[in-house]
Amino acid sequence: MTDRIPLTLFEKIWRRHLVVPGTEEHPPVVYIDLHLIHEVTSPQAFSELEARGLPVRRPDRTAATMDHSTPTVLDENGRPRFFNRETEAQVETLRRNCEKFGIPLYALGDSRQGIVHVIGPELGLTRPGMTIVCGDSHTSTHGAFGAWAFGIGTTEVGHVLATQSLLQSKPSTFEVRIDGRLSPGVTAKDLILAIIREIGVDGGIGHVIEYTGSAIAALSMEERMTVCNMSIEGGARAGLVAPDETTLQYLEGRAHSPKGKEWDRAVSDWKSLPTDAGAAYDRTVSLDASRIEPMITYGTNPGMSVGIGEAIPLDANEKSLRYMGVSPGERLLGKPVDVVFIGSCTNSRISDLRLAASVMRGRKVAPKVKALVVPGSQQVKKQAEAEGLDRIFKEAGAEWREAGCSMCLAMNDDKLQPGQYAVSTSNRNFEGRQGTGGRTFLASPLTAAASAVAGRIADAREYLQ
Amino acid sequence: MSEKVRRLESKTVVMATENIDTDQIIPARFLTTTTRHGLGEMLFADWRRDAQGKPRPDFVLNRPEAQGARVLVAGRNFGCGSSREHAVWALTDFGFRAVIATEIADIFKRNAVKNGLLPIALDPASHARLTAAPGQSVVIDLESQTVALPGGGTAPFALEPFARYCLMEGVDELQFLLTQDAAIREYEARAGA
Repeated sequence: MTDRIPLTLFEKIWRRHLVVPGTEEHPPVVYIDLHLIHEVTSPQAFSELEARGLPVRRPDRTAATMDHSTPTVLDENGRPRFFNRETEAQVETLRRNCEKFGIPLYALGDSRQGIVHVIGPELGLTRPGMTIVCGDSHTSTHGAFGAWAFGIGTTEVGHVLATQSLLQSKPSTFEVRIDGRLSPGVTAKDLILAIIREIGVDGGIGHVIEYTGSAIAALSMEERMTVCNMSIEGGARAGLVAPDETTLQYLEGRAHSPKGKEWDRAVSDWKSLPTDAGAAYDRTVSLDASRIEPMITYGTNPGMSVGIGEAIPLDANEKSLRYMGVSPGERLLGKPVDVVFIGSCTNSRISDLRLAASVMRGRKVAPKVKALVVPGSQQVKKQAEAEGLDRIFKEAGAEWREAGCSMCLAMNDDKLQPGQYAVSTSNRNFEGRQGTGGRTFLASPLTAAASAVAGRIADAREYLQ
Repeated sequence: MSEKVRRLESKTVVMATENIDTDQIIPARFLTTTTRHGLGEMLFADWRRDAQGKPRPDFVLNRPEAQGARVLVAGRNFGCGSSREHAVWALTDFGFRAVIATEIADIFKRNAVKNGLLPIALDPASHARLTAAPGQSVVIDLESQTVALPGGGTAPFALEPFARYCLMEGVDELQFLLTQDAAIREYEARAGA
């Protein structure tokens, strides 16, 4: 045995992707293994390429889908019913750009289309040890596979299209250690909301998080994706979980996963990725999973949350509470809601829909509540329909839609009206995020489904069946 | 090639709110554009105008003294949330050339420097002097990496050296990355990429 410096998972990925080390003149150049693109943040990047007469360097390392502004309803001919001309033009622009530059596109109508952070893992495009970027801050989702995945702006989308590389200063590392077991009725969503409350919405700035501990190891891949997805809500551009048997089981046999001997080689390589014993992080925070309750946000950023039965803190930000129409010391349980949204790159996978359906089965959505269930991808939709989940939702009175980002960011007509209250499984409760004047309570699929049935904010533990 | 930025002197606009997210800077419904231009009109759309589209007179950007200000002084964690570069495009199109806060979100910061918008993180005491003196003039000097505060004295700020170089020389990062082609090829061969 030679003495080796113990390294973190992130450090190992960093070293593997260093194209040019940093100097006094410039930051390091890192290689990007996978570049995911969508219709909203890519058009200006393609225009820049065209203006400079540059090709896409690696269309084979690029994959595109349509999700952000796409409709979740079809017209009478089964075609997407676009919200307006602009959104249709944006989708057309992506189609043209992909054709021109030879980029694989999972377009509307394709059985593989869906939210970019749902389809990457689903298709096996996302794999351990990779560097992955996308013009979307929730790219952190892919970190669940032990990949370094982060959101970039449109100018950098152009850099990656042109060079498959990025200039990157090295981030610091931040271990978020979760031991203990989550209680019944407490989900990965509640866990990440509790983590963000602990570290703050800016706690992760300049850092890459690695989630460790027995509670993380016990999570399924979809649950890990929910946790990593919201790393950016804690200020960290990336959040990782070390690959393990759970990761391998998820990946084996996926469309783009390596096959045969290549699979064996990949597996032995992935097994070398987890953080070595004794490796140091720049910072560590620990939480006990068993103490976490179902969480719900009360304010206008994802750090402003309480346990479902807790009172809103007396020192909570006044401006946020005014916007939300709630008061310090108030308990949210029992507060009437207008809309329930189950979907988004945080909570639209099959396990999320199963959770929601487990509460809605045999029950009705309360009168006056509009409940929207939006699967994360066409594959999730198909699977849910095969399991009869769509019938459970429809019989309960919820709407069952086509895959897309939908009401998470309200770029189409899936949006809140001014003043409406929503319990939402998405990731952001910013002012107007789900529609101008709309007011969002972020929670888990269980809490959302229970609240839909109750017509009020409800404790899902009383609705488990 | 973008405009060279070396020194910026301007009065300030103060929005001391913390955690101003990119959904406030530009709501998602305006992201349906396929160009970078003309987004200043939508900057802080829902804070600037009411539901009927009428300007809210109490909002700072609607006040006459805000006209012509090129420096926005904001609260901690400015630009958090979405990666939308439209937030930066909206700020620059409106006329801003710098944002000063005690802390600026990572993705926003990277987007800012690529568009000639200076993301300046100041120590809390210096920042407090700025929030206490809205509309006063500040001088941001990239050469010395300092902000000259109203009423005297300067405060240093950190800026990634290459971003600073690109801003000062009007060079964009892509020009540099394209010169690294041989190294990228070599990497691809070595990594079997």
